[in-house]
Amino acid sequence: MVQASPQPERIVPQTEELVVNMGPQHPSTHGVLRVILQLDGEIVRHTECEIGYLHRGVEKIGENLNYGQFVPYTDRTDYVASPSNNLGYVEAVEKLLELDVPIRAHYIRVITAELARISSHLLWLGTHALDIGAMTVFLYCFRDREKILDLFEVAYGARLTVHSFRVGGVYEDPAQQFFLDCERFVREFPRAMYDYEDLLTENRIWKARTRGVATLSAEDAIDLGASGPILRASGVAFDVRKAEPYAAYDDFDFTVPVGKNGDIYDRYLVRLEEMRQSCYIIEQAVADLPTGKTMARVPRTMKPKEGDVYHRIEGPKGELGYYLVSDGTDRPFRLRIRPPSFVNLQTLPLLLKDQLVADAVAAIGSIDIVLGEVDR
Amino acid sequence: MTEENQAAETDQPEGDDGSDEVPPPADSSEETEASPEPSEGTGAFGEGEGDEAPPEEPPEDPLESLACVKAVRAFLGDEVEEVTSFTGGADEVSMTVPAGRVRALCAHLKAEHGFNYLSDLCGVHYPEREKPFEVVYQLFALNRSERLRLKVRLADGEAAPSVVEVWRTADWLEREAYDMFGIEFEGHPDLRRILLPEDWEGFPLRKDYPIRGDGFGLTWVERQIPSTSRPMTERK
Amino acid sequence: MGIVEHRFQENILTTTLDYLVGWARKSALWPMTFGLACCAIEMMASGASRYDFDRFGIIFRATPRQSDVMIVAGTVTYKMAPVVRKVYDQMPEPRWVISMGSCSTAGGPFNTYSTLQGVDQVVPVDIYISGCPPRPEALMWGVLKLQEKIQQEKFLRA
Repeated sequence: MVQASPQPERIVPQTEELVVNMGPQHPSTHGVLRVILQLDGEIVRHTECEIGYLHRGVEKIGENLNYGQFVPYTDRTDYVASPSNNLGYVEAVEKLLELDVPIRAHYIRVITAELARISSHLLWLGTHALDIGAMTVFLYCFRDREKILDLFEVAYGARLTVHSFRVGGVYEDPAQQFFLDCERFVREFPRAMYDYEDLLTENRIWKARTRGVATLSAEDAIDLGASGPILRASGVAFDVRKAEPYAAYDDFDFTVPVGKNGDIYDRYLVRLEEMRQSCYIIEQAVADLPTGKTMARVPRTMKPKEGDVYHRIEGPKGELGYYLVSDGTDRPFRLRIRPPSFVNLQTLPLLLKDQLVADAVAAIGSIDIVLGEVDR
Repeated sequence: MTEENQAAETDQPEGDDGSDEVPPPADSSEETEASPEPSEGTGAFGEGEGDEAPPEEPPEDPLESLACVKAVRAFLGDEVEEVTSFTGGADEVSMTVPAGRVRALCAHLKAEHGFNYLSDLCGVHYPEREKPFEVVYQLFALNRSERLRLKVRLADGEAAPSVVEVWRTADWLEREAYDMFGIEFEGHPDLRRILLPEDWEGFPLRKDYPIRGDGFGLTWVERQIPSTSRPMTERK
Repeated sequence: MGIVEHRFQENILTTTLDYLVGWARKSALWPMTFGLACCAIEMMASGASRYDFDRFGIIFRATPRQSDVMIVAGTVTYKMAPVVRKVYDQMPEPRWVISMGSCSTAGGPFNTYSTLQGVDQVVPVDIYISGCPPRPEALMWGVLKLQEKIQQEKFLRA
């Protein structure tokens, strides 16, 4: 007869939550962001972001420079897509000055801003894929991004922080070669996009890591003030270019991609499609480019009337707004930059709630933040 | 002061029909004297003092006929201090409302009028006004693409009500206004500095804070770096 | 004597220890990714397809414990300065610092209440590269200059 041996007492381990610090020096926080995660095993219970490690006092600088001198500082807020920032700011100042910008300048601005959008999304895709582990995509994206930076260099003289626009238009009409190169770029770029799609869209590992992860519902997105691809991936069809068109965008025919589930995979698809639509816009703009001046008559010292304006554009990361208060002098009384990444980053605690810690990196990447803009 | 403005009143389509509104007179009149007021271009103008005598029938004010302005007036009645628009049109309409009512107004606008999105919230410092701080809210109705700006004036040390319960967007935005200006938001769950270190002293975006700082920054850095790792002055 | 002579000539070289160690150190410089702001993007571009950094033996390591050089790329604010110092202290010797861009060299265009006017106030810097942001070629030039500097260092210091 076999007697069952007495079972040993089950040991139930006592657990407690662990606080893990990520950053500010970290390869995948995309800048100097500090994320503090409170973990229960591998599940994230609570997230806190600490920002401000790149706070340079740009808004205070704006109060001490005149309107034209501030444009290069806007390059350095969202440094990945600097022409977009330039566009938002110069349009806000033109609203204050009640200037009419020539139509050719508007078209050139649209072309440059869309190139900046593609460049920003390429950088996003490369770094996001690199964080998740797809290293080849990083190199491919940068290969194509270098072509865009070459275009910027030909037209405006700088690769990254471009200072492309001036208040009143574009400083110099780019050479005809620039437009031919743009046309060639948008002809060849969709082929390059097949590379990314081939590598990622139907990839089992990519789908496993991004589908259903870090979902944001539409109500939460609106309540938290998210904008840009995040909002659209959650199903809200809002794009400032369509809703409140600026700078000749209503002359062009393009669609705005909208997602369904609001997870990382949808954000990826939305951004890919936005790149294609940007190519389409550039193609139309170059084909219909009007002739004429590229700069309005702007007084040497710009002294707008007293008042305040809030101008917003659709930057690659979301709604980029500039609130300018003028007191009648040549310097802004208050210059407020409404950064899309700052407001979008607020969604992070919600995105990471009860997700695995391994998804934290993917989630942070999918929001597409630029710390220069978050901290200013 | 308002007398001078009456002469210019005819060219201002701006609504302060003297009929029913009597905004808090003391602050508004003093403010308009010294501050760079957002206006239609004729300088600081008196808002809606009921004591002026408009010529016969005031012209129909285009701003007053806007739906959002009517909505705010319907809710607040005569507490609205000012209505302006830089371009004269709907896209830059801005209304100054009393601080105590702004949270209720925002909740009402979100629930009844579809302003479900807060684009931005920021502070402004007007040192010459009696109520030097101003909090500016940029509201947006997503479904109609309609914008409205609300402004709230605060005295030094006065706290604004927090609108975090209305839109969660305001969480970090209010923290930033506190960080940069020292404006406190009553009802905010976690009001502490966000961009500057937590033990920083001073509020940088106030007009009396020098742009190069008051020397606090370097002493702060010195305190953080332990004495055992002072920078080496020369390499071997 | 006849066995060794003239048999290994092509395979033996004589040199100094300093040269050998210098050559080894400079040819496998592993930088730590310390990208702070815009210069970080140009640093990434120099490590990417067109301006490949790997051909110099440069592999970016995320951890200071395994890196030789810290490329401070971007604006250093007061809030970030103690972190820079902490990370520098975590690097094992021999270590070098390259200050990339105008912001880390001298504060750049941001002379404000929150920006350190040059990272050399908290860490000793070996090479300064100016530019806003410096082109990838400029960064490479800076790294090559650092290699020259490393080559000249004396291994057995008096």
